[in-house]
Formats: sequence, C-alpha cells, structure tokens
Amino acid sequence: MSTIQSWNRLPRVSPKAVHTLTNRQETLPDTLPTPFLAHGNGRSYGDVCLTETGSLLMTRGLDRFIDFDPVQGIVRCEPGVTLGEVLALVVPHGWFLASTPGTKFATVGGAIANDVHGKNHHDVGSFGHHVRAFELWRSDGSVIECRPDQNGDWFRATIGGLGLTGLIRWAEIQLMPVQNPWMWVQSQRFSNLDEFWVLNREAETNWPYTVAWIDCLAKGKARGRGILLSGQHAAAQTNVPAVKTSEKRVPFDPPFSLINGLSLRAFNKLYYRQPVKPQGGLTHYAPYFYPLDAIQDWNRIYGRKGFYQYQCVIPPEQAEEATAALLDTIAKHGEGSFLAVLKTFGSKPSLGMLSFPRPGTTLALDFPNRGDKTLRLLCELDVIVKEAGGALYPGKDARMSGELFQSGYPEWQTFSEYIDPNFSSRFWQRVTQ
Amino acid sequence: MNSLKRVIIFGATSAIAEHTARQLIAQGASLYCIGRNQQKLDAMLDDLKVRASNNQRVDGAVADLTDSSQHEVLIDAAEAFLGAVDGVMIAHGTLPDQKACQQDVARMREEIETNALSVVSLLTLLANRFERQRRGVIGVISSVAGDRGRQSNYVYGAAKGMVSIFAQGLRNRLAKSNVDVVTIKPGFVDTPMTAEFDKSGPLWAKPEQVAAGIIKAMQKGRGDVYLPWFWWGIMQIIKHIPEAIFKRLSL
Repeated sequence: MSTIQSWNRLPRVSPKAVHTLTNRQETLPDTLPTPFLAHGNGRSYGDVCLTETGSLLMTRGLDRFIDFDPVQGIVRCEPGVTLGEVLALVVPHGWFLASTPGTKFATVGGAIANDVHGKNHHDVGSFGHHVRAFELWRSDGSVIECRPDQNGDWFRATIGGLGLTGLIRWAEIQLMPVQNPWMWVQSQRFSNLDEFWVLNREAETNWPYTVAWIDCLAKGKARGRGILLSGQHAAAQTNVPAVKTSEKRVPFDPPFSLINGLSLRAFNKLYYRQPVKPQGGLTHYAPYFYPLDAIQDWNRIYGRKGFYQYQCVIPPEQAEEATAALLDTIAKHGEGSFLAVLKTFGSKPSLGMLSFPRPGTTLALDFPNRGDKTLRLLCELDVIVKEAGGALYPGKDARMSGELFQSGYPEWQTFSEYIDPNFSSRFWQRVTQ
Repeated sequence: MNSLKRVIIFGATSAIAEHTARQLIAQGASLYCIGRNQQKLDAMLDDLKVRASNNQRVDGAVADLTDSSQHEVLIDAAEAFLGAVDGVMIAHGTLPDQKACQQDVARMREEIETNALSVVSLLTLLANRFERQRRGVIGVISSVAGDRGRQSNYVYGAAKGMVSIFAQGLRNRLAKSNVDVVTIKPGFVDTPMTAEFDKSGPLWAKPEQVAAGIIKAMQKGRGDVYLPWFWWGIMQIIKHIPEAIFKRLSL
C-alpha cells in the first residue's frame, strides 16, 4: 500500500487500506479494515491524519458545493472542498472566510477537525466559531446533524475533534463581508521580545489581524527580535493594484535538508533586515494570508527526512517568561527554525472539547529532522510548556507524550465518549495508550 | 475555434468529466450532464449550479448508457434544454478486471459493451445531427491503452482501440461538414477508477489537468490528443517496438 504522508512527511507509516470517497452518501465496503480515519488534503502535520492499523478515507473527492447564499454569506459544502476553493467562489461576491489558517490548501473538514485559527483569533475566535452546522456520519450508519444549539455536545466534540467522532459529510460556514480582495497591511520591526509585547498589545486593540515573525537565532539583547505584521481588510478602493501571481514549485526532493545552520542564519538575518512599511500598504489577500502557498511542495526543502513542527500555547500569566525561556533554549541548541511565528490568542473560549486555541501566546516553529538531536530539543521545550501550564497543537504534532497531551487537554476523557468506535488515528493511539 | 457554450456530457460524474464540467462552467457554458448514479449526479448538479452565474443553465438526467435504445431520447432532452448544442463530451467507461474477463466471456462482453459499443452507438447518432448542423465538436475519451494490446489490460485496450478507430473514421467523414471529432487519450490519471494503483510515480496526472487539456483540444478541434502531452512520446515508442520483441515483454 502506498504511503500517504502528512505535510511534514513524518512519521512515514502506511495505512492498511485507502478508500477514495466520491459520493458523500455512499456506504463503505464491508471489507475495509477498521479503524477508519478521514484524510483531507494532507496539510496537517504529524499523525493526526494517519493510521497504521486501519483505513484512510480520502475526502478530497468530496469537493462539491451544496449551496451558497450570497446575501447572507452562508456556504454549505462537502468536507473535501479546500479553503482556497471556498475563497475562489465567495470573494467575488464580497465574502471572506471569517477565520483562516496559513494555507488555503487545507480542507473544510480538516479545518473543523483541527479547529484551526488565524491571525485574527483575538478578534473573531477560531474556525469553529463560524461553523453553523455539519452532518456527522457514524460507522453504525446513523447520521447526526449538529449545530451549536442542536446536538450541541456532538458539535463541541467534533469541532477540534481530530476526525475521531465520525465522518463529516457536509458543513455550513458563516462567511464575513469584505469590500474587495485586498488587505491593508502594516509592518513594524521590533528589536527584542520586550518591544514585541508592547507593540503587540497596541496592535491588537487596533487591528483585526496581527502576527509576528521572530528571528529565533538572535541571542542576548536581540533575543526575540522580529517583525510584527498588522492587517485589516482594505476599504473600498477606486484604484486597486493589478494582481501579480507567480507560482513556484520545489521540483524534487533534495538529498538533504536545504535548511541548515548556514542558510537559517542568513535567511533569518535577511528577513529581519527587510524593508518595513510602518505607514502601511495594500497587499492582495493571497500573499498576505498564504505566503508559502505560492511555493508548491515547499515541504520538500527539508529533504526526505522531513521536519517537525512545534506549536505551543502558553497561558497569559506565564507568557512573557516562558516565551523567553523557549527562545533561549532554541538559540542555545542552534537548532533554529526557518519561520518562527508568535501570536497572542484572544479571550474568546474555543467551542471544541479538544480545541487548541485558548487565551495566551502561541509560538510556532519548524525544525529539520535531525533525529535524536532534534527530539531532545523538543523535549526540553516540552518541559517549559508543561511547567507554564501550556499545551501543544495536535494538528502539528508527531511526538508529544501522552502526559503532555492529557495535561493540556483536560476534557480528553469526556471527549473520548464521543469517539466513533470504528474511528481512530495514530495520534490518538499514541497519546492515550 | 469551436465555441463550448452549450455542451452535453455523457458519463458526467467520472472524475475527469466532472472537472471538465466545472471548468466549462467557469468559462460561461451551460451544461446537460448524464450520469449513471442518481446521488452522484444530483450532488454534481447542485455543485455546478452554485458555481454557475445566473444566465448559465445546468441540468441533467440519470441513464444507463449501455441501453442504446435510450440514446436518442437523451440527446433530444439535452438539445431541448440547451436550445442548441455546440459540443458533446463522451466520458463514460469502466476499468475492467482483466483477469476476471479472461475467465468469463459474459463479463468480457459486458466490458466491451460499456466501453466500446455504447460509445460508438452514441457517436453514430451524434454524427448525423452534427453533420446536419454543420458545426460543433465531439470529444471522446479513449485511452493510451487503445494504442496497442498488452497482456495486462487488452480487454479495456480493445474497447478503447475500437473507440479510437471509430472516432478517427468519423473525423475523416465529418471534416467536410466543419465538425471536429477529438479523440482524447489520457495516460495515468489519479481518479477513483485507478484507486488501486500506487500513484507516487511522475507519470500520474491530476484530473483537473487532464480536464483543462480536453477543453483546449475541443476548442482547437484537434484530432488525436495525448494528455498530458508526454504520453505521445511514450506511445510512439511503445507502438514501434517490433511485435517479435513486444510479445515477450511483460507490459
């Protein structure tokens, strides 16, 4: 059986069978080995979308729209529709996804299952807050229509439920009105972590979208230096710039990671030195929200061994201290990350029992897979996260311990009562056994 | 350039045809889609209606195309809905289990019926209509497998070979009537029909790529079209291997 990988290409495991869904009402063949797990476009990291013991149900063939109301901004579609396909349909009608992650190649089903978040979490919450309804198919043949106020416990279990409560057959999303496809974006440089906190606090009150990029190799006084990007959807314009799109591709697997100490240091330095626009400027939504989508198969730059993503959230009281400790540890190991992203979540409670977003600060990093050396660093980071009462993001994890998962997701046992007996993932088996 | 403003699609719920339909909708076409499975067809029509603008029309019908007595009625219904027909795409087909066909004559004949006879029956009716209206384009999905018989899938290959030769003759006949007949020969395409294969190799194409190639070929009124293009080269080599050698190869 062919290997199906998640985005960071780790772990390399094969399912017992792969079944391509094309008809959302089809009955699954009896011969398919259980447990099942839905697999969308393979944009999550690690093994939340992988199984070794059962069958992957490939949902990308369920990519049909069912209804779109351009007056109310409500779209209903099958789970394999990508966020990019939703945007292509709704942006010309003056609508946008209220919450979007950093790739438009994620599917709607995956966005629900991981309760993804965007740069505007402090303003609108996460993806789950904008899900009006969905239909959940259970392996016993029953079907549950879920809304926040109808089968609400199933709704809360499935939002961020890592695909374990069954198969989402359709979902209905509330969109957000926009004037045009453009963003007004401001960028500001900050020379260390202390400056970040000040700038970020200010930006959060004035801008719906904020995110910071950090040079995680900088040490000492420059620790945590970076660039803060604040944005909002552009006002109606008489003169919008022409759209420039260029798609590039990483055409082959380099034999080793192109991300190494040398290229990292150079990249991080250059990125920090880039010209900033404190007065702001217009940017099309695609390069603003999805900069890496412009390079098809960018995950290949890490070579065949793949890479680890590490995304944690730290509660507000511990945020400043723990973030500093995380950056110190990373810099000490010299295992820098290509893109280190820092963002503060808002106070809106997530709807899902297992949702990752919660009040606090989230730091996301990726590290080329250098085996034990990388894993040792990640374990050191785990200690800081755990002591600060934080949690790691399951949708980006290939290695967290069961202990860390269970402490970060106190509702996990309640949640497990909603798991379909014939669904599981390698992730779930790993963190609960 | 052939206009593709009003198009009938047979076998519309196949992955390649559905992507072709979406791209035609994006280009402003009205469509009449014929599929075998009611649920799949309904889901597809809903989707196309969401994607279409208000002045585009989309409808369809469920039919088993191996019943050729229904063909005339279907074409009439499509023409009545669309007003006139600029193009037709024939995309229905199955991928037979070669081993099973070797053991079972009835099964082998069924596959030939589905993949060849039903197609040439439709072509016969469509040809006469297009010949009368003296314009239009018919696209037929054949396969690279129809270029040369191989032990691993010669039942499918023979059926597709028949479609290719029939379409070639028809192209010759209709050329003077200003009607184009386009034979589309896809290579390996990542669709549910090929779910059993390992698709990690570089030869596998996405159905949306093939769909874009089909629309371009139909608009340009090309003849034999390999999709993606490099299959032309591969098939030149395969076709020119001397039979004495070819018969010993395990292809």
